[in-house]
Amino acid sequence: MKKEKIIEGLLKFSALVTILTTVGILYVLLSESISFFSEVSIWEFITDKEWTPLFVNKHFGIMPLVMGTLLTTFIAVAVALPIGITIAIYLSEFAPKRFKKIVKPLLEILAAVPTVVYGFFALMVVTPFLQSFIPGMSGFNSLSAGIVMGIMIIPYVSSLSEDALSAVPKSLRNASYGMGATRLQTAFKVMVPAASSGIIVSVILAFSRAIGETMIVAIAAGQQPRLTINPLVPVETITAYIVQVSLGDVAHGTLEYKTIFAAGITLFIFTFILNNISFYIRKKFKEQYD
Amino acid sequence: MENKLEAKNVNVFYGEFQALNNINMKFKENAVTALIGPSGCGKSTFLRLFNRMNDYVDSFRMEGEILVDGNGIYTKDVLVDELRKGIGMVFQKPNPFPKSIFENVAYGLKIQGIKNKAVLKNKVRKALQQAALWDEVKNDLDKSALELSGGQQQRVCIARALAVEPSIILMDEPTSALDPIATAKVEELIHELKKDYTIIIVTHNMQQASRISDYTAFFYMGDLIEHNKTDIIFTNPEHERTQNYITGRFG
Repeated sequence: MKKEKIIEGLLKFSALVTILTTVGILYVLLSESISFFSEVSIWEFITDKEWTPLFVNKHFGIMPLVMGTLLTTFIAVAVALPIGITIAIYLSEFAPKRFKKIVKPLLEILAAVPTVVYGFFALMVVTPFLQSFIPGMSGFNSLSAGIVMGIMIIPYVSSLSEDALSAVPKSLRNASYGMGATRLQTAFKVMVPAASSGIIVSVILAFSRAIGETMIVAIAAGQQPRLTINPLVPVETITAYIVQVSLGDVAHGTLEYKTIFAAGITLFIFTFILNNISFYIRKKFKEQYD
Repeated sequence: MENKLEAKNVNVFYGEFQALNNINMKFKENAVTALIGPSGCGKSTFLRLFNRMNDYVDSFRMEGEILVDGNGIYTKDVLVDELRKGIGMVFQKPNPFPKSIFENVAYGLKIQGIKNKAVLKNKVRKALQQAALWDEVKNDLDKSALELSGGQQQRVCIARALAVEPSIILMDEPTSALDPIATAKVEELIHELKKDYTIIIVTHNMQQASRISDYTAFFYMGDLIEHNKTDIIFTNPEHERTQNYITGRFG
């Protein structure tokens, strides 16, 4: 029985490691940002409309980065949501079982493509293609980055939504068919509403994934913090800024260096809130069919 | 009384397995017919032929004819959705939608394109009254149907089927998940309903079959062994197998 104890200990240890890692990350983020906010007020951080910590004339307003992040994220979700849900409904309600078995894993490959590949795809293919319709579009822009990011997160929406639809008891589908409903009526009047919590969760997770995405936006959206909702001009996202500073020659311990922790904690708050919302929704609607 | 439904030389296969062997059977209008027999005898499969619910089962194949009001329903020109609008079905386990009681009962009506609120309200009320549920839920129509008890849920499902005013109701062991009191209510209801509806009910419960049905058909291993008036089946069956089954010697 000694063996069991050892294995039990190992399991406990690996569980602890993940928790400790999270705590460690939080600690570093917090301690560095606290020292940042002792020099720059939170008020300035939130209300200043410019983000120029690396220039001579320094401004520390996070909003341009937040805006760039939200802009690319919303474009991505606007692409992924309709396509992903359509795919999910098709796979769960219409497609033959064998087709679904083949297509679902294929779709998930989309999420497995290295994001740097997507970034270059956005920059070298999508942007030139869009420029042929939109003459004024600049080489770096949130539109093509957002679209490509949307393609990347399609499987998050489609797979999780499909799981949610498949989890709806078959008896509901039978009840609907039994009433003379068509497949389409059954899908939209019974299955989608019944799976709505799972579908919402899938969208939130995709949203949260898009907010945290780095490579695509760093490559294709540009590195110019700008408070705008114009999708055709370069912007910078929070993640892209963190990359920029981490790779650059900013000295450790300086205020410029600490900006990435302030940006990091902003990002963390966003994804933390989103993950909690999805956790709450999942928990709240879970009992419904038990 | 007319023949409302008819099965002619029906054979059903699931892949290689033959589930029903050459069934010929007629159902009288405005009567309750009970289908009895041990598990796996094909009675549920047979029931689901009449609204084509087996169509979704992989490898399902049928030979022969099913007639509703004298018309074949397995011919190519039949619109399955339209067919089902005239045939209500109540399932083994209560399966209300995760919607309000009102929305559940109004579902079939809305599918048929009825949008007028007053009409919907009226028909929902009538269906709930027919299902003997109105008095219990009339103040809670906006409450989720999932909050009701099992017996109430099943009556919501019956009301849902009745709301579209079908002429036929198929019931697949409708009380198997209910307690005795709820079962008694549903049985009473079936008794009321047969004035206006042709009802086929699959049941495992012999007493239930003898209490509520006018005709009883005994299935065994995919064969229709015996089909007769219920009192004859239960007092003086022709076949020994029927006798053995209803007296509880097997099954």
